[in-house]
Amino acid sequence: MKLFRMLLRSIRDAFKSVFRNFSLSLASISCITITLIIVALSILASFNVENFTKEIEKDMTIVVFVDNGTSEKKIDELEEQIKKLSNVDSYVFKGKETVKAEMQEESDIFKAIMTEWNEENNPLKDTFQVKVKEIAKISETAKKIKSLDGVSVVRYGEGMVDQMVTAFQSIEKVAYGIVIALVVVTVFLIINTIKLTIFSRKREISIMRLVGASNFTIKTPFIIEGMVLGLIGSIIPVCLVLFGYLAFYQYFNGYLYSKLIQLIAPEPFIYMVSLMVIGIGILVGMIGSASAVRKYLKV
Amino acid sequence: MDLIRLKNVKKQYKNGVTAIYDLSLSIKKGSFVFIIGGSGSGKSTLIKMLYREEKPTSGSIIVGGVNVAKLRNKKVYKLRRKLGIVFQDYRLLPKLNVYENVAFTLEVLGEKKDEIRRKVLKALELVGLKNKVHNYPDQLSGGEQQRVAIARAIVNEPKLLICDEPTGNLDPERSMEIVKVLEEINKTCGTTVLMATHDKEIVNKMQKQVIVLKEGRLIKQEERGTYSEAF
Repeated sequence: MKLFRMLLRSIRDAFKSVFRNFSLSLASISCITITLIIVALSILASFNVENFTKEIEKDMTIVVFVDNGTSEKKIDELEEQIKKLSNVDSYVFKGKETVKAEMQEESDIFKAIMTEWNEENNPLKDTFQVKVKEIAKISETAKKIKSLDGVSVVRYGEGMVDQMVTAFQSIEKVAYGIVIALVVVTVFLIINTIKLTIFSRKREISIMRLVGASNFTIKTPFIIEGMVLGLIGSIIPVCLVLFGYLAFYQYFNGYLYSKLIQLIAPEPFIYMVSLMVIGIGILVGMIGSASAVRKYLKV
Repeated sequence: MDLIRLKNVKKQYKNGVTAIYDLSLSIKKGSFVFIIGGSGSGKSTLIKMLYREEKPTSGSIIVGGVNVAKLRNKKVYKLRRKLGIVFQDYRLLPKLNVYENVAFTLEVLGEKKDEIRRKVLKALELVGLKNKVHNYPDQLSGGEQQRVAIARAIVNEPKLLICDEPTGNLDPERSMEIVKVLEEINKTCGTTVLMATHDKEIVNKMQKQVIVLKEGRLIKQEERGTYSEAF
């Protein structure tokens, strides 16, 4: 109860102090706002990128064409060898008759041409359709399969996909770098704000010490003040996430450029991101004020 | 029973100046003591050591059973809660009114609102300022401001009231009022009062226990002492 009363008092003091030194608080708040907007954009982007790379990865298949005239026994051997490769997740064997049937279903022209093919003169090849565990290693796996005996051609997304994935990954890295730099700048600004608050309340602090306030009582209002700055700074970014992403999603009908790049549905995604943004804001504020208190409040 | 007991206390500041040489003395519970001495006599240092603003270089200082000399920084607040401290320059918060200034002590300690109200009004009555509750410090005279500071110091009912030259900024008449208030507190609440001063008139009039310091040494300690010109 006593602790609760003191905490309430700290929160009241923190809000008072934010508005008393408003010009300085505004500098910290706007810095937090800008940081959090970029953080929010990065989170939105990276979650989406992760989402659709996963979608693409699901569709990525290595198609292994087996030489015509390979014996059944040899095909079984091949199957064993493919199974053993570490990056292979699953595979399906499709004989040339199955492939023919599938192609015939796809178009009428194929159907007309292919009806004349029989077991003997079917030019299609038996195939393995292999799915991999890690998309980044797909070319390596394809090479390994190619080197096997009895395999003629191996085809997969041919570089396009893994290039895309690496491009996204490097964009993500740059974004992380910017976010970290901004967070550092923000923390310094908060340290400065809290430092000035501490200096402007020196007299009060010295009297608090004289009348027997514990360190906890003296420090808490300043730390809460930092958290309040973070909280206020997260208002605009959260609005941006809540309304901006929704508008963005609706404007593009849920996917970018092609159906391949699917966006994440706004609900509950935006609420989760908003919570993350608020959390980061409060945490950054707390780190800044805590280090200012440690540095400038000699208790 | 002794409330304060100093044994072989020595204080040397970091710049090499020695303020107190081998000081031993004791002060009984419930007494009213003047600490007198000129500038540089070490009386301010002594007082600062009692509320643990300064640490002695060697020796022990027992206040209410606690060895203040060995008190860790983190625990100082526990000592301060048992003390009331009054300064020459009042040290009031200008943005708070009389009531809030006195209530500040209890608020910081997290007391309940109605409890705070009861204690604050009682303390203000004791110093005779009950009719100025809503005034701000700059609307009060020096003597009144000092009485607010005294109310703030005693509101938590401390065992020991330490006053560092509380009348230093006041004219003789106001000074006498302040000392009368302190005497009243000493009598009615049983609070031990320690007052550093160099006001000759007050010491001679009050006929209380006197501790005389000179150049960091104890010259004399006597009951019903007077301020002699000998030092």
